[in-house]
Amino acid sequence: MTVNGKVRKADVEPRLLLAHFLREQLRLTGTHIGCDTSQCGACTVIIDGRSAKSCTIFAVQASGSDVTTIEGLAKNGDLHPVQTGFWEEHGLQCGYCTPGMIMTAVTLLNDNPSPSDREIREGISGNFCRCTGYQHIVNAIQHAATKR
Amino acid sequence: MAVTPVLPKLVGARVKRREDPRLIQGRGTYVDDIALVGMQHMAFKRSDVAHGRIRSIDTSAAEAMDGVEAVFTGKQIAEILGPMPIGTPFPSPEHRAVAVDTVRYGGEPVAVVVARDRYVARDAADAIVVTYDTLPAVVDLEQAMTGKPTVIHPDFANNLAVALVPSGTGVSASGEVDDTAIDEAFAKAEVVISQRMMNQRLAPNAMEPRGVVAQYEPGKGTMTIWSSTQNPHILRTMIAALTGLGQDQVRAIAPEVGGGFGAKINIYGEEYVAAAVAKQLGISVKWIEDRSEAFVATTHGRDILAFVDLAAKRDGTVLGLKMRLVADIGAYNMLLTAAIPTLTMMMANATYKIPAIRTTLTEVFTNKTPTDAYRGAGRPEATYFVERAMDMLARELKMDPAELRRKNFIQPNEFPFATQMGAIYDSGDYEKALDAALKACDWEGLKAERDAARKQGRLVGLGLSMYVEVCGLGPSSALPTGGWEHSQVTIERDGRISATTGASPHGQGNETTFGQMLADQFGVPLEHITILHGDTGVVKQGIGTFGSRSQAVGGTALMLAGSKVRAKMAKFAAALLEAHEDDLVFENGTIAVKGSPAQGKSFASVAAYAYVPVPLPEGLEPGLSDEAFFEPTNNTYPFGCHISMLEIDRQTGEPTLLKLVAVDDAGNLINPLIVEGQIHGGLAQGIGQAMIEEVVYNEDGQLVTGSFMDYAIPRAIDFPTFELTATVTPTPSNPLGAKGVGEAGTLGSTPCIVAAAVDALSEFGVSHVDMMLRPEKLWRIIQGGQS
Repeated sequence: MTVNGKVRKADVEPRLLLAHFLREQLRLTGTHIGCDTSQCGACTVIIDGRSAKSCTIFAVQASGSDVTTIEGLAKNGDLHPVQTGFWEEHGLQCGYCTPGMIMTAVTLLNDNPSPSDREIREGISGNFCRCTGYQHIVNAIQHAATKR
Repeated sequence: MAVTPVLPKLVGARVKRREDPRLIQGRGTYVDDIALVGMQHMAFKRSDVAHGRIRSIDTSAAEAMDGVEAVFTGKQIAEILGPMPIGTPFPSPEHRAVAVDTVRYGGEPVAVVVARDRYVARDAADAIVVTYDTLPAVVDLEQAMTGKPTVIHPDFANNLAVALVPSGTGVSASGEVDDTAIDEAFAKAEVVISQRMMNQRLAPNAMEPRGVVAQYEPGKGTMTIWSSTQNPHILRTMIAALTGLGQDQVRAIAPEVGGGFGAKINIYGEEYVAAAVAKQLGISVKWIEDRSEAFVATTHGRDILAFVDLAAKRDGTVLGLKMRLVADIGAYNMLLTAAIPTLTMMMANATYKIPAIRTTLTEVFTNKTPTDAYRGAGRPEATYFVERAMDMLARELKMDPAELRRKNFIQPNEFPFATQMGAIYDSGDYEKALDAALKACDWEGLKAERDAARKQGRLVGLGLSMYVEVCGLGPSSALPTGGWEHSQVTIERDGRISATTGASPHGQGNETTFGQMLADQFGVPLEHITILHGDTGVVKQGIGTFGSRSQAVGGTALMLAGSKVRAKMAKFAAALLEAHEDDLVFENGTIAVKGSPAQGKSFASVAAYAYVPVPLPEGLEPGLSDEAFFEPTNNTYPFGCHISMLEIDRQTGEPTLLKLVAVDDAGNLINPLIVEGQIHGGLAQGIGQAMIEEVVYNEDGQLVTGSFMDYAIPRAIDFPTFELTATVTPTPSNPLGAKGVGEAGTLGSTPCIVAAAVDALSEFGVSHVDMMLRPEKLWRIIQGGQS
């Protein structure tokens, strides 16, 4: 598979989760794991342009796919507008849900460049945050929507 | 104790966080991101019964698996690890990190596997076969107190961990009880509100589950332990005590910590086992908790039943309060378990002048996961019980809930105020917070809006709640860990500043707020300052982050250490400038005589001089580094007022929160942006408790809500946009005037939301509904009027 623009080849155990492949074999530890039932979204990455929970996909299922993780979002040292939005609007506290939340927000804005607050709240409801109460995350995504 | 005055520069400004660039790029290092050469992985075999005697454990299949390094049963762990210590003075049954012969809650560890990778470790744990002689599970709190269906710990009759500790008016320090005042209060009462209320059990659920890496270096005889903890220094103390090492031989590191909410204060069995196994095998081991594991293995919060009686005159004057508390603490005492409900007693005085208060507390063992601190820890419960009773009183007297509060407030000129519960409230202006909230939400307009909605047949209600909490925990007489915090400030040779703090953060943004304070104190750019935390090898002393104490206690220690260094630096600068040190100002990266900035010396050049002092000014040692411990003489008591509007669907019973207005007074604010984030987060957890969160066990003691499939974590869609206002009443408890804000949101939110639900259901004659506001429960009330 291609991960953050780089072709990665490996033989893996069939049951190896994509999240573990990214974290432990590629050492891309920005993708976090927050649950074991596909609810929390901390492990969200972008696969072939769509957000996906990497704890719910076997690594082999992503074979041949184009995967972007949080580490691959900034380009040439410039933060992605969603990353900038999270920084400007205090969209994170402990930072654990943040990579997944940002990846979800990137695809949300790709699908809907000018979302309402309600649409943002619906769009990120597959991602849990226990710190922020989501309000600053909504502001962060709006910041990205207006600035990009 | 003179502290350099805070300059109005960065302090008080909405500075964006310095922590964020690494976290938004996936470059933070959490425990699970640590990989050491040769590191092995641990997995725990856990009990699948709530209560039983272990008949047999067969580890042979696990041991035979390729990649398994070792398997330990509870008996084998007991040979290398003593029983788990607790941090409260209450009697406690023996608690082993891994059960030896009896399991007392579902999920209690019974064996440990050490293996090559986490998949093999889990496979091996699953291959361990344990048989049990099942015992009856003690699940129902009130039944448990009668010793039925069985007694969990033989030395604790009727499952009573703590039996009937009285507190309040007429109770002496030695525990003698005089009922005269409380009896008189109720004898004079024209109205008494009596209500049984449950403050239900919750699962804290920081988004990062717990985890630990323990590395033992046999050559040096030293241990390094990384853990997702709120208090690495306490971890170091406890790990040293249980592994037989000295505190100088243990280094504890809290790396990036993905939330704590009180549940990462406790030092857990898994941490002790990791350290003991690493030492025994001379290796490094990692254990990372699964979410499903976290639901049974990480402490729960709340779970306090209250019987509340509130006595008043018909004009609304409160005369007396009785609060009988029964806490379900689960199967064992953990670090602070027994102390948490005592905070509920302590805060029973709320924001009111109440002539007589009597509280009693009983803590009960059940076959459930132990409880310990969870955001607010005892104070949200107190707030909920008193504010619910006040709301019921207002309803009974047909008074506006705001006016009933106003009539009973402790007045601004009465601070410091000695409460009936022995607390000394530091400062407060409760009417100011109430009026700010009434204005912010347009209380009269909101009532009209509600009434108009009702005319259309909608079930809409309003709720209001006051709160006061205890934060900034100290002095040492109030905390078994020590009630201080520590900081060391160093001006480096190049003029940059390194500062340590024992207040180890997990999302609070201390690198930013502490940096703001030092930037102002030294007149240097924020970018020139590094705040070091979380590593006992770097931060020499500390307590930790809990009880909303970082800023009030840790921030003050930082400023005191900074003041000492600044005073010394002024002496060096005075020598260079041939001026008097008292005439100097630190501004814009220079140190200069007041009024003559152009003739000043750069901050960096004074720093360089201090490290190569030729000539050395008389009476000075070289260097610019100093430390301070700060122990407050009193806690702080932040307060506020929350108001909510809620609608219940008449057809389905589903509640929707329409509006949440919060006025919070945390004293002086260092960074309002971060403060708002803290309040939002607290509100989210309070609203979660009020509306959707609840830990549920079945009659066999099996956890029904054991994953995110069944335990509702609030999502973005569950909240309206919160409307915040701040009032500012500085505390005299510390020179910053800061009170603390981390837990505030969890206090006012639950009672104001339940009050709104009761108001929405007023046509059905309901006076109280227990949390959470399950649609089915509300639907039944709508259908048949049953509460």
